Amino acid sequence: MTRYVIKRILLAILTVLLICIITFFLMNAIPGGPFNKEKALSPATIEALNARYNLDKPLVVQFFLYMKGLLKGDLGVSLKNGRDIVDILSESFPISCRLGLMAITVALICGTVLGSFAALMRNRLPDRIIIFFSTLFTAVPSFVLATLLLLVFSIKLGWVPVWSANSTNYVLPVISLAAYPMAYTTRLAKTSMLDALSQDYIRTAKAKGVKKWKVIFKHALRNSLLPVITYAGPQIAYIITGSMVVETVFTVGGIGSKFVSAISNRDYTMIMATTIFLATLMVVANLICDLLYKLVDPRIKFE
Amino acid sequence: MAGYDLNKTPDKQILSMQLDLSKFEKATEEEKRQQDVMSESTTFFKDGMRKLFKNPLAVGSIAVLCLIMALIIVAPHFVPYSYQEILSVEGKRDKGAKNLAPFEYSKAEQAYIAKGNYRFPHIFGTDEQCRDYFIRVIYGTRVSLVVGFFASIIVLIIGLIYGSISGYAGGRPDLIMMRIVDIIYSLPDMLVVILLSVVLSQILVFKSGSFLAMMGSNMVSLFIVFGLLYWVGMARLIRAQILSIKENEYILAARSIGAKPGHIIRKHILPNCLSVIIISTALQIPSAIFTESYLSFVGLGVQAPMPSLGSLANSAREGLQSYPYKLVFPALMICLIVLSLNLLGDGLRDAFDPKLKSK
Repeated sequence: MTRYVIKRILLAILTVLLICIITFFLMNAIPGGPFNKEKALSPATIEALNARYNLDKPLVVQFFLYMKGLLKGDLGVSLKNGRDIVDILSESFPISCRLGLMAITVALICGTVLGSFAALMRNRLPDRIIIFFSTLFTAVPSFVLATLLLLVFSIKLGWVPVWSANSTNYVLPVISLAAYPMAYTTRLAKTSMLDALSQDYIRTAKAKGVKKWKVIFKHALRNSLLPVITYAGPQIAYIITGSMVVETVFTVGGIGSKFVSAISNRDYTMIMATTIFLATLMVVANLICDLLYKLVDPRIKFE
Repeated sequence: MAGYDLNKTPDKQILSMQLDLSKFEKATEEEKRQQDVMSESTTFFKDGMRKLFKNPLAVGSIAVLCLIMALIIVAPHFVPYSYQEILSVEGKRDKGAKNLAPFEYSKAEQAYIAKGNYRFPHIFGTDEQCRDYFIRVIYGTRVSLVVGFFASIIVLIIGLIYGSISGYAGGRPDLIMMRIVDIIYSLPDMLVVILLSVVLSQILVFKSGSFLAMMGSNMVSLFIVFGLLYWVGMARLIRAQILSIKENEYILAARSIGAKPGHIIRKHILPNCLSVIIISTALQIPSAIFTESYLSFVGLGVQAPMPSLGSLANSAREGLQSYPYKLVFPALMICLIVLSLNLLGDGLRDAFDPKLKSK
């Protein structure tokens, strides 16, 4: 167990390091320095700026300086507005974090409930309806769903106010972000519930005369949850990338929309910092899910 | 053996296996007929196809896909507009043909028709730059399908080669190759895709007029990204298949008569994991289409004026309140394609590899 945990943590650290390396060197492969503006600066100014931001040093040295900064919590400044990136991230992350956590909770809970319900109602009308919609929602891109929800419920019907600084209504963004993972979880939960229901221990429990709801909740549901947990890691990764789209559509000032606008503004330092931040987040989330999975199910062998 | 009487059963000895023939009777004609093979023998492929065509969802998706294919092949031949053409009437630019509703004509066009001429209708209306929207959606579908298809082919080829070498070689090469796969697998793919697209779209500059320039650097970078990142899933799958197939006796037989590894992989192993390959390739196409539309949304999709379904849906977000149908058409197309490919993939899986269903 300990060996596995250590191995897994080492792999995670290696991945984060690799991401930093890829991000840094890719970003530096883009032609043109950060000071190539429409208004030409004098050579002396550029030289001074280069010296100020260590751009006159070799690339490898720059990388180590950048990493040193990263470890100290210094992500540099945005090329676009000159603000400290740590400030930008620390004010936008709580919003995204809240949105993401709500979405993942909704997706996992609703998905499991709907999926298990469909399994219990196998081949009856509720099952058909649930499976129809979950198949449908795996085929709708999140930006389409988000845009349609915004159009119908905020603009045409006016039920939900459009997002602004003093009216932060999370309902629509959470729905559009959670739709795909929820649909996926539903399908997954249904298969694994059916699988669990066909096991021998369920028959034994029924034969003993255990009450029906107890069989379902205590014996079947618990065992059917395992695959759902396994897929929670990839779901979190999906939520993080999906949040970029959803936040942009609803103009939520979270990290995702900041990332998208950094891409369209070609704000390279911001792209670099956000990528490293989000990637680390995903790797950590995956690590936790993996370890949790092994913890929950002792039958899984450690490599 | 002299004096051996056929009709007389010799004395039975203890522990002898000799049969008592008198206890048997000859088979009647009717019983003999039961042994005849009545139905034709079926092959693995035929059997799979038969199961596939019994699945109504899969048949429906095949029909939808065929319809879409026929439409995108035929439509450009009978619609007299091109996807980048700004509408004009009698050689004069038609400034009134902006944001027309489906089947609506602009004033200049109405005057033109009043003169007794024929004007092809704008089935989906026009966009904000006076271009026929129907043909743009058709071309967008073409681009999206091409991206999905070729990206899957790239993934398939790289994954196939890598996975089969790793699985067949085994031992240390396998260990090292799979560690590399593990690391690529643990990278957050979407972020790396975005990053690579940002960088590649800046670095890649093609000679104008060449084929690559026409596709645009964003699309080329999209393919590169797929080639670099998305093959790992396929490689893992194929390696796992090969590891189990490798243990079969016919592989041992082939090896013992001196067949070379390349020959064994091509002739004996790959045909046996064909079903897995087909299924996962079919499921790869919709995910590639999704990725492309996602990148288009972020602003890293195909180059204008070339449309893709993602970029059309994205640009429809401006002016959404007045012209919601501009989002609806491409969005509907994406959903239809992805849905039918997903259902087809599921159908293929159920038909060819029922074992996979539980996973």
